[in-house]
Amino acid sequence: MYRHYKERIVKSVLFISALAAIFVLGLITVVIFSEGLPLIAKVGLFDFILGAEWRPLAGIFGIAPMIVGGFYVICGAMLLGVPLGIACAIFLAEIAHKRIRAVIRPCIELLLGIPSVVYGFFGLVILVPIIREHFGGPGFSVLAGSIILAIMLLPTVIAVSEDAIRSVQRTYKEASLALGATHWQTIRNVILPVARSGIMAGVILGFGRAISETMAVIMVLGNAPIFPQSILDPARALTANIALEMAYATGDHLQALFATGIILFVVILLSISLINMVQKRDMA
Amino acid sequence: MTNKIETINLSLWYGEHQALTEVSIEIQKNMVTALIGPSGCGKTTFIRALNRMNDLIEGVRISGEVLLDNEDIYADSIDVVHLRKRVGMVFQQPNPFPMSIYDNAAYGPRIHGIKNRGKLDEIVERSIRAAALWGEVKDRLNKPALALSGGQQQRLCIARALAVEPEVILMDEPCSALDPIATTKIEDLIQDLKKEYTIVIVTHNMQQAARVSDMAAFFMMEEDRAGVLVEYGPTSQIFTNPEDKRTEDYVTGRFG
Repeated sequence: MYRHYKERIVKSVLFISALAAIFVLGLITVVIFSEGLPLIAKVGLFDFILGAEWRPLAGIFGIAPMIVGGFYVICGAMLLGVPLGIACAIFLAEIAHKRIRAVIRPCIELLLGIPSVVYGFFGLVILVPIIREHFGGPGFSVLAGSIILAIMLLPTVIAVSEDAIRSVQRTYKEASLALGATHWQTIRNVILPVARSGIMAGVILGFGRAISETMAVIMVLGNAPIFPQSILDPARALTANIALEMAYATGDHLQALFATGIILFVVILLSISLINMVQKRDMA
Repeated sequence: MTNKIETINLSLWYGEHQALTEVSIEIQKNMVTALIGPSGCGKTTFIRALNRMNDLIEGVRISGEVLLDNEDIYADSIDVVHLRKRVGMVFQQPNPFPMSIYDNAAYGPRIHGIKNRGKLDEIVERSIRAAALWGEVKDRLNKPALALSGGQQQRLCIARALAVEPEVILMDEPCSALDPIATTKIEDLIQDLKKEYTIVIVTHNMQQAARVSDMAAFFMMEEDRAGVLVEYGPTSQIFTNPEDKRTEDYVTGRFG
């Protein structure tokens, strides 16, 4: 009898915990949408997303420059970080000696734990001056943002991809080698295709980290809400838009920041759905 | 009779553990040689020494020689990739790649540089036919190999090995994951294949060894070492009139 009672208590505690998580998430979602949607309704969804000017004090709310600027920064970060990350994952999983891996892998996991302000500070002090001196422009630029974000998404891409590559059954590898394939042919033709969905998940998680990053991009991007004309121009990310202006925003302006949050929310939701879709398709 | 493979005092250690002990054996061309013995006796280690699959395992040490057509395959001058092309392997668990049936059979030829579609079609058809699978799959070559039954998958793996035109085929308990009907098909296939290939098969199943092999080698482990070759000879002799008491005990089912 006593045991039965205990069982029920444990079950209800776990149920309440799960409920609490959902409740908090639901609350945040409701607040963001109820604060942001009125403004989107007032300005119009298309004018909000496609509007080229962001002059909140004049009541003009267009976030297109930030969408475009953020898009450039993220594309750059993915172009730099993803191939490097996958290459590193292949090295760790397939080529590196056990002892080398035992050193590198914990370092990579440590990189995940470094606060983003530290990455941003590194970018501000080291990267921005280098870009200013060697490539011109103010230094605060799409290029600086891309490089910093690439460094930040590397550990995620590496860790998840390496696990995916390692989990490829040994029998596939043996079958390929036994047919006279070289190690590299085996990696390219068998191991990577089999690990593809796991690697994709790593890439998309890296993307999620990049798009939600705020602090580091504020510190190196220059934050001008204009369309960048080249990778040496400053830009502003959506996340930065909220962080920079929240301290003094009121009324419509405050709602416009929440509306920016809605757009971010939707983009991230879509990318998570994409992960699930890719993985489900590969399971089938 | 010609020797295809000859091992001379072949010993192998995994770290401190000795897994093969001075094995000397002559494997004859166009014959089926069965390796039998209790679990852990070193049969699989021995067969994997013949195409250097043990190279993949860390801490493996080898002494002695393995001659393929009188050439030591552990010599520095040997290209392992080329060796494995000549000595193909079929594994215990059917392990087709998660690709189409066609791509599985074409995998070997493709990595060895054949790109011409017509030539690939021809090789794929020839090797799948040789593995007695053509009738069952010819209309669905582009379907995933993993959708085939276990027995069909294993024959596809044999086809995949045949497609690179090996001289020797090593089979490591190829039927242990299959049902009796699928097993019969593979055994019949082995009989066909020995006309053109030299086959070495590891098996746990005494009846299977008696049915398919021409020569049989009985391995055992001792207290501190494994891979001791107890007796080697024509299968009929090993099963009906073994010289060694231990062989007799094993083949009559007294242990193991």
